[in-house]
Amino acid sequence: MGTFFSSSIGKKFVMSLSGLFLVIFLLVHLSINALLLVPDGGEMFNNAAHFMALPLIKYGLQPVLFVGFIVHIFYATMLTSINNKARGSVKYAGGNNTKDVMWASKNMYVLGITVAAFMAVHLCDYWVPLQITGNVESTTLHGTEMHDTYALVNAAFSQCWRVALYVVGALGLSLHLTHGFWSAFQTLGASNSLWRKRWTVIGTIFAWVVGVSFSLIAILQHFFYQA
Amino acid sequence: MIKLDSKIPQGPLADKWTSYKNNQKLVNPANKRKLDVIVVGTGLAGASAAASLGEMGFNVKNFCIQDSPRRAHSIAAQGGINAAKNYPNDGDSVFRLFFDTIKGGDYRAREANVHRLAEVANSIIDQCVAQGVPFAREYGGSLDNRSFGGAQVSRTFYAKGQTGQQLLLGAYQALMRQVNEGTVKLYTRNELVEIVMVDGKARGIISRDLVTGKTERHFGHAVVLATGGYGNTFFLSTNAMGSNVSAAIKAYKKGAAFANPCYAQIHPTCIPVHGEFQSKLTLMSESLRNDGRIWVPKKKEDAEAIRAGKKKASDLSEDERDYYLERRYPAFGNLVPRDVASRAAKERCDAGFGVGATGLAVYLDFASAINRLGEDTIRARYGNLFQMYEKIVDDNPYKEPMMIYPAIHYTMGGVWVDYELQTSVKGLFCLGEANFSDHGANRLGASALMQGLADGYFVLPYTIQNYLADDISTPRMTGDEKEFIEAEKAVNDKLEKLLAIKGKRSVDSIHKELGLVMWDFVGMARNKAGLEGAIEKIAAIKKEFQTNVFIPGTNDGMNIELEKAARLEDFITMGELMARDALNREESCGGHFREEYQTEEGEALRQDDKFAYVAAWEYKGEDQAPELNKEELIFENVELKQRNYK
Amino acid sequence: MEKTINLTLKVWRQANATAKGAFESYEVKNISTDSSFLEMLDILNEQLINENKEPVAFDHDCREGICGMCSLYVNGRPHGPDDEVTTCQLHMRKFKDGETITIEPWRSAGFPVIKDLIVNRNAFDSIIAAGGYVSVGTGGVPDGNAMPIPKVDADEAMDAASCIGCGACVAACKNGSAMLFVSAKVSQLALLPQGKVEAARRAKNMVAKMDELGFGNCTNTGACEVECPKGVSIANIARLNREYLKAKCLD
Repeated sequence: MGTFFSSSIGKKFVMSLSGLFLVIFLLVHLSINALLLVPDGGEMFNNAAHFMALPLIKYGLQPVLFVGFIVHIFYATMLTSINNKARGSVKYAGGNNTKDVMWASKNMYVLGITVAAFMAVHLCDYWVPLQITGNVESTTLHGTEMHDTYALVNAAFSQCWRVALYVVGALGLSLHLTHGFWSAFQTLGASNSLWRKRWTVIGTIFAWVVGVSFSLIAILQHFFYQA
Repeated sequence: MIKLDSKIPQGPLADKWTSYKNNQKLVNPANKRKLDVIVVGTGLAGASAAASLGEMGFNVKNFCIQDSPRRAHSIAAQGGINAAKNYPNDGDSVFRLFFDTIKGGDYRAREANVHRLAEVANSIIDQCVAQGVPFAREYGGSLDNRSFGGAQVSRTFYAKGQTGQQLLLGAYQALMRQVNEGTVKLYTRNELVEIVMVDGKARGIISRDLVTGKTERHFGHAVVLATGGYGNTFFLSTNAMGSNVSAAIKAYKKGAAFANPCYAQIHPTCIPVHGEFQSKLTLMSESLRNDGRIWVPKKKEDAEAIRAGKKKASDLSEDERDYYLERRYPAFGNLVPRDVASRAAKERCDAGFGVGATGLAVYLDFASAINRLGEDTIRARYGNLFQMYEKIVDDNPYKEPMMIYPAIHYTMGGVWVDYELQTSVKGLFCLGEANFSDHGANRLGASALMQGLADGYFVLPYTIQNYLADDISTPRMTGDEKEFIEAEKAVNDKLEKLLAIKGKRSVDSIHKELGLVMWDFVGMARNKAGLEGAIEKIAAIKKEFQTNVFIPGTNDGMNIELEKAARLEDFITMGELMARDALNREESCGGHFREEYQTEEGEALRQDDKFAYVAAWEYKGEDQAPELNKEELIFENVELKQRNYK
Repeated sequence: MEKTINLTLKVWRQANATAKGAFESYEVKNISTDSSFLEMLDILNEQLINENKEPVAFDHDCREGICGMCSLYVNGRPHGPDDEVTTCQLHMRKFKDGETITIEPWRSAGFPVIKDLIVNRNAFDSIIAAGGYVSVGTGGVPDGNAMPIPKVDADEAMDAASCIGCGACVAACKNGSAMLFVSAKVSQLALLPQGKVEAARRAKNMVAKMDELGFGNCTNTGACEVECPKGVSIANIARLNREYLKAKCLD
């Protein structure tokens, strides 16, 4: 097993597992975000946000999530650098005219950087005030005092530029996933000629559902949920 | 005069090989490590021999001119490999395979060699299956067979239309396994440029690294040539561009007799020549004749209209077509042997019934097979061949029939070897297409792969030990002996001499000129006057080459023109030898057709009383006529008959 | 009837492995559209020789698309602007009169240039030597029909085995990865009972050798499959991943 993580397939294995782990996180995140659309003045969303801030999740699962991100980004950087070296020092003068290759598949690192940049803004906006500085208004629901996360989010989405940034980030994520999703299964060996088609279809649907849903929530918040 | 001792073992035909093996000398494992064997060539014969010798424990050095052993031209064989497994239960047997091969060769091969070939053929299939060669299979999981020309049984094993590729990759993989084990050292992009003789025995070679241009001296207790045929003497052939006869000619010039050089096979199903820029001819597998029907228009007017582009093949109704092979040879039909099919095509075209822009083409039509079996079945059987045809000709063979014409494909002649595959030079062995031994005057389809692998896997690894057993106390030479030094110097002097000519013509332009002479006078139909003229013309081409060739660059580093020039010099020698042998052989047999010797129906007419011998030519010096040596062919098990495929 | 075209060729020229290379432009005239791409280069070389210049060195041999010797990156694609062909099967009817054609060698760290358009592909041999075979000696094997093999498996193995080792996959890959080549051999042998015995060892050794020789990592872009002259599928790469992961798990 020693040489596994230094082998090309081993590194890719780590990429795909961490990627799939992040996909699960996305699903959780999306389902919580969906609560933003429940017209209860943010009660359910705040409850969910509070739940996510419980010590077990905050100190137990959150670090795992961070490790997932870091591993995914670290390996992506390492692989990209090895791959650039393997390509050789001289570039093709004739460019690349190979047809039928998905654009996203050739630009995963760039798309990854876009997503990461968006995430940095995202973390500054929410994670830092909510979990580090605690510089957030409070609300009391059913006797429990908690952060009024809803108000924070709702306020953020009142700004046009923020919504626009959010949509760009989400769509970048979609593109990243259109390739990343099926590619993860291919790397795990869970694919063949037939399943490749299936994974591609499932992955494409998943990617756009995720991206569009995140965007839509932001947009709806902007237009219909401002007090 | 060379003493030609074929060393055929005594005893009944079917027991000869067993009795040879029982009585031959062997080399024990400890001594094998002390013995070096040089194998030149990495085709089916070379790779299988190098791998097998390596497995046995010999130190093998293996050379090829390409960048990888896997490129050898065996890879291009499409159709299949014969063996007398009799899996289809259609009456096949070792004797029948032997008999078909002898008869197919027009009774000009040694009985003992051919029988041995038929005997070991079954083991080849087993060996390849064990190596993971993906042969075509039936739904039940057993091996599938198809039929090939010259046989009335289905005994051809195949892997799609890429049988040669798969068999070669099998041998290549076995070879690379030995490279990994360290028993075989591989020299790629390395060409044999001289054979080194010490005390009358072949003891090594001078090779030239084609990347650096540097020559190197290599010692071997024995030298094995598996360097392929000489079809490229014709410039245009189905051979690869790099295929050459140089190793065989070096052997010839060191005293190895060259046998039956005039036996060259013209393959009937090639894509016709279309322009003077053409660099090579592409073969369409003989397996196509399983389902394709060959025809030309019945009426000359139709042929003329087609040539002028006014009519298409599909415009002609059934009764306006002449399925000439089915008409002339009802028993074998479209599956007559290659030489017969080729001559029949030439006969129709010469008579003015040819199609295509040049009139030098006949149709190979799949319409009735597609009607009978459906396009999908035909696609499954020949899809890659059809695609290949369409890419070259830009015509869809599912709709319009293919156009084909004969082309030089394989050479049955080659370096003379005895039963042990040893040439008339001690310590020098020759395998596969490079030797002359098994196909007589004509090779049947799917037999080349069989012979290459038989020689390499199952014959040479035994017979070479009979020679090496006497050599176990011969110490390794360093390559610094005077014979090696002198040979190396002579090679470099010669290359410098070629570079110094600085004439006006490119190597290819002279080679094309040689090719035209060969095709016109030493091709499908030959006659006395033409051959005599050809010998003179070839001498003139030789002079032109020696005085007017231009080779850019130097002997330092990679110089492709220099490589080609050195090879062309040997092709010229080969061309002359072919013409001389064809002139000497006053009969028609197999691939050798002398217009003076034919039946009233235009079939080949042998002269068994005068020419039932192997013509082994002995080199007598530059610009000297070679000397003819004869090895009588004795037939004890088959009766010599005129071949009848009716 | 014959159509001819005139072309400008931008060809990579490099004297040897260490020399600095550059593009040179050449004009060729009256090229028949029926001629093959390599025949067009033959004509160029004949022209150069007649001008006492050194011809362009390029790899080629069988000229019927099976030996895998020819290479060339033509107008931004390995084996040029046609599908499922090698350069030697590419015909001039795919080009327009007056067109400029850019001809480059395969570019990848694993395939260093030797001269002009010729690259060194010995790495592929080394990968096969690391395990691309069934370890069976000559002789002493069972009858060919002793072990039935389902037709589907045999056909799939054949499809994988049709790889010609030309290196177009590496040339096309943005990562210079040799995964398609390696996976084709691993797949062929993993699909057949004869190869199953040492499947784990083979996958591990071949991948280790591939990594050692400086090829990149597969990111599943699929460019290799599109440019493969034999249409070898990247489903083989999934199988290689599977075989490799399985092998490593069993360690």
